[in-house]
Amino acid sequence: MTTPLTTWLTTDTPASRSQAVLGSFYRGGLALLRNPTAVVGLVIVALLLLAAIFAPWLSVYSPIVQDLPNRLAPPSAAHWFGTDELGRDILSRTLYGARVTLTIVALVSIVVAPIGLIVGTIAGYTGGWIDTLLMRITDVFLAFPRLVLALAFAAALGPGIENAVIAISLTAWPPYARIARSETLAIARSDFIQAAVLQGASTWRILFRHIVPLCLSSVIVRLTLDMAGIILTAAGLGFLGLGAQPPTAEWGAMVSSGRDVILDQWWVATIPGLAIFVVSLGFNLLGDGLRDVFDPKSS
Amino acid sequence: MASDSAATGAVRPQQRQFAVVLVQRIASFLVTLAATFVGLTAVTFFISRLTKIDPVLAVVGDKATKGAYDAAFKALGLDQPVYIQYFIYLRRLLSGDFGVSVLTSRPVLDDLLRVFPATFELSTLAIVIGVVVGVPMGVVAAARKGRWVDHVIRIVGLFGYSVPVFWLGLVGLFIFYGRLGWVAGTGRLDVFYIDVVTQRTGIILIDAALDGNWEVFGNAFSHLILPASLLGYFSLAYIARMVRSFMIDQLGHEYVTAARIKGNSFWRTVWRHAFPNILVPLITVVGLSYASLLEGAVLTETVFAWPGLGNYITHALFNTDMNAVLGGTVLVGGVFITINLICDLLYKLVDPRLRTR
Amino acid sequence: MSDPLLVIDDLNVSFPGRNGVTQAVRNASFTLGRERLGIVGESGSGKSTTGRALLGLVPRPGIVTARTITYARQNLLTCSERDWQDLRGRRLSMVMQDPKYSLNPVQTVGRQISETCFLHLRTSREDARRRTIAMLEAVQIRDPDLVYRLYPHQLSGGMGQRVMIAMMLIAEPDLLIADEPTSALDVTVQNEVLRILDDLVRQRGMGLIFISHNLTIVSSFCDRVLIMYGGRIVEECAARELGNARHPYTRALVAATPSLDFPRAELATVVRDPAWLQ
Repeated sequence: MTTPLTTWLTTDTPASRSQAVLGSFYRGGLALLRNPTAVVGLVIVALLLLAAIFAPWLSVYSPIVQDLPNRLAPPSAAHWFGTDELGRDILSRTLYGARVTLTIVALVSIVVAPIGLIVGTIAGYTGGWIDTLLMRITDVFLAFPRLVLALAFAAALGPGIENAVIAISLTAWPPYARIARSETLAIARSDFIQAAVLQGASTWRILFRHIVPLCLSSVIVRLTLDMAGIILTAAGLGFLGLGAQPPTAEWGAMVSSGRDVILDQWWVATIPGLAIFVVSLGFNLLGDGLRDVFDPKSS
Repeated sequence: MASDSAATGAVRPQQRQFAVVLVQRIASFLVTLAATFVGLTAVTFFISRLTKIDPVLAVVGDKATKGAYDAAFKALGLDQPVYIQYFIYLRRLLSGDFGVSVLTSRPVLDDLLRVFPATFELSTLAIVIGVVVGVPMGVVAAARKGRWVDHVIRIVGLFGYSVPVFWLGLVGLFIFYGRLGWVAGTGRLDVFYIDVVTQRTGIILIDAALDGNWEVFGNAFSHLILPASLLGYFSLAYIARMVRSFMIDQLGHEYVTAARIKGNSFWRTVWRHAFPNILVPLITVVGLSYASLLEGAVLTETVFAWPGLGNYITHALFNTDMNAVLGGTVLVGGVFITINLICDLLYKLVDPRLRTR
Repeated sequence: MSDPLLVIDDLNVSFPGRNGVTQAVRNASFTLGRERLGIVGESGSGKSTTGRALLGLVPRPGIVTARTITYARQNLLTCSERDWQDLRGRRLSMVMQDPKYSLNPVQTVGRQISETCFLHLRTSREDARRRTIAMLEAVQIRDPDLVYRLYPHQLSGGMGQRVMIAMMLIAEPDLLIADEPTSALDVTVQNEVLRILDDLVRQRGMGLIFISHNLTIVSSFCDRVLIMYGGRIVEECAARELGNARHPYTRALVAATPSLDFPRAELATVVRDPAWLQ
């Protein structure tokens, strides 16, 4: 099946920058779709997105309104996954919980990737004492136990989603700086960068027009692989009561609320826990697949 | 080394050089340790500034007079510039003064030393499980790359990466304690066994064994095995994955083929020739996961009401006991950094190629 | 020459891949006595794969088929894994290209050489050590006691390749396959290593298969030469007769070899004809 579009996408001699970019996305996408685990991951992540977007329409009950006479009801036709200790429908809360999880993941990514990219590329490209200083700082953060540090931050800043995002981001950026730096070191030596320097391109132009775009793919792959870790850390904070505050539906906090009744009403803690598990599995599968496509060496 | 004489002549000085290299490595290790520790404390100091809790009020109480408040303000050094305050903080930490816990009204350091053995016991058993199971899994997966064993091991590993530890702990309790009754429930011991054996090390298995009290030993083990297996599972997922990729890399080398040509069997080649070549990075991986078990224990300890470091920190957290939280963070961070750096040092000492360069 | 050491009839090696099957060796047939046989060809011509196939070590997912492969009357096609382990190192062995990669970096030289001894001769520890030292002497290493304790990274390339030869010959095999044994070495030590190899092969009356892309070395070193192209043996002739080769590929190769006796301003380039693969 060779339509004009696929021919245009797969050409060996792209006529423009955007054609080359689109073409490489097309080939990468095709390779990804051939990888069964990546497809499973993609489906799970897509379902998470749909659940988050359509939560109000998908859920029959309010995630917040309490129904005390009906508390701790086992799974039934009315409540597929039962109700929690305040009589709220667990299915609805789980669907709404997807929004919180997705928000945290998205916010952390938006904060972490640019910080890592900027620190890493500047360190790698300028070298010298700036490099040494930045990498020392990175090492200090990298040497920290992530969850404990996030706990300390969350404790100091007070509980809440924003603070959880800040706490996770503060502990999550160093690996990105490392990756961006090592990529930059390799790229900066190549001839086309030398050519750009000779043409009189400024340092900033070289950094942001040439080096950053080339580091992006490994940073994105790493980010996808990290998503599961971010979700688990966020859920851990929620479980300890440092994430989203009640009555917001958050998976970690939901597991925590089911903790005391685990022996008798297993569904209260099990369902949100399964949700965390499936979603992080999805991101892990997708990340593995992306890595296989973009970086076949390391698989 | 272009000719034979150059190669053979260079050997003895190389061995003498080894002592010098060793001293240099240890010196640079200590410098890195100090630098990282300064960084760690700077961050915890920064966190203590972030918090909205007034440290003066924590000392003098809400009903203090203006005069008493100001005196305490001065006594805490809060009138000094920030960097002086940091040095005061650092000096206090180095002299072992982590402040007093609001929750227990005891010095934080005493509290930490009291709870640490419980965490140590748990994470040590976990890392043993992780290594004993994870390393062979990784090696087999690499040797059988792309076959069904490899896929099974990969899935087991992926599950470990994806499952929330606190949830798996609850499910484990529900099944193995609640339904099957195979293991004991939360805590380190059943109530009527507490304080039966003499406290020597704080590690109950050892204390009970030293006392010859096997009943307590058995009870402690039955409390320990579930949380330790869970933590062990998480570290084996990581260890197996790393070992697999190290081994795949090694098995592609020519010396592996050479070993086969000599007449070694496949598995002997894998274990005797390829495996020793991954020992160096393996040390780092094991060290890293041991260190991260100490923090992963935070959630596990909460679920299993395990009276260790993680439990202490989270309890402190909810009672806004910042001294205890930061003291715990410094301790965990310190242990983490030290293990990391020791691995780094070992890394450079174990490999013959690095040893003589 | 009584029975040939090695008989190969219609050897095929193929690698199934995502984009179809790659034929690495096609219909190769030859016999070998206790002589020195050279296999020459450009990279990808299947000469190394042929060598690996003789040791039963074609990497997965490669498929080896043949009408016959017999080694000293033993049928290699029906060998069990156990049989192969007894054969490799003891009866047939192989010297690989680059000692930098083919010696185990974390084992001492002594341990690597004596392992072959342990595997096949079941000797005592002292005896293995004595044999290893003797073998190191045989490959003309000056201070064998010292080299015994060294790690591969402490050896020069030439020394490394001698250690490799010692490791592969200590159990006294009857056939040695040398796969580009000198192409990773400096030109100055190439001849030295070749001479050592040649001496040992002669003294022990072994068969040798010498795989190389270097026509000059092969023609001066071997009795007989096979020329491979695209997985096929295109010509077989005595080393002395290379000048009179019939196949156009061989003649092109000979013409493309620089010579001090007949200096030329420009060397001929080899022009390939797809018809040779038919």
